[in-house]
Amino acid sequence: MASGKTLTISVMDPPYESATTTTVLRVMDAALRKGHNVNVFAYEGAVALPLRTQVPHPNPIKGTTAEEQHHPITSAFISALFEAAAASGAKLDWVNCGMCVDERGATEWVDGVRRGGPGDFAKFAQESTNTVVIGTR
Amino acid sequence: MVFDADEGLEEAPRPTRDPAQFATLAQDLAGAGNQVTFFLVQNGVLASRKGAKADALRSLTGTRGMTVLADEFSLRERGIWRDKLADGVETAGIDQLVDLLITDGCKAVWH
Repeated sequence: MASGKTLTISVMDPPYESATTTTVLRVMDAALRKGHNVNVFAYEGAVALPLRTQVPHPNPIKGTTAEEQHHPITSAFISALFEAAAASGAKLDWVNCGMCVDERGATEWVDGVRRGGPGDFAKFAQESTNTVVIGTR
Repeated sequence: MVFDADEGLEEAPRPTRDPAQFATLAQDLAGAGNQVTFFLVQNGVLASRKGAKADALRSLTGTRGMTVLADEFSLRERGIWRDKLADGVETAGIDQLVDLLITDGCKAVWH
């Protein structure tokens, strides 16, 4: 059941480099499952989080296959967030910063992600119950 | 609502003085009459252990209007069990965090 409340999160951590990514995805997931709308403004390295070209890899040293490794893929997590939103009746609006995308050539995203800019973030913040800005180090 | 994900609340190792200053900010906010939740997450939970040299955190747990919470997931990842937490630190799940974040009038600051 949608709550009508909205949480906006800006994030700039790229995949696989910081525990912050895990924390942010956990917060988004919990909020969506509670029926809260979630807006995401991804900038800098965070625009790589929803890249559809990510693939799980095997571990040749251990001799394990990609299936056995079950390596986490952030784009799959983000697709799951969109599914969680659909299930609860909430809305996930994920905006990838266009300039950050162009700088990195990071243009192929999972379904649901859209291109935008800082103006989207300003609008998000104005319309949200709360906004959390997560910088990186 | 203030988050601390930095290990620097503990005195050693301490890459910067920022976390201690962040704790001071939280204390000042509480002192001004605000209800403050100091939420420890990721390496920030290291300071929540009994015996940790974390004077900045110790000063928070005795502050009127201040609640200090440590993320259960981050604690489990680091093998820190509830009975090892310092007095005044409570554990919280991600659902509780979201409930706090979505409260009208709450302002969140991430460190």
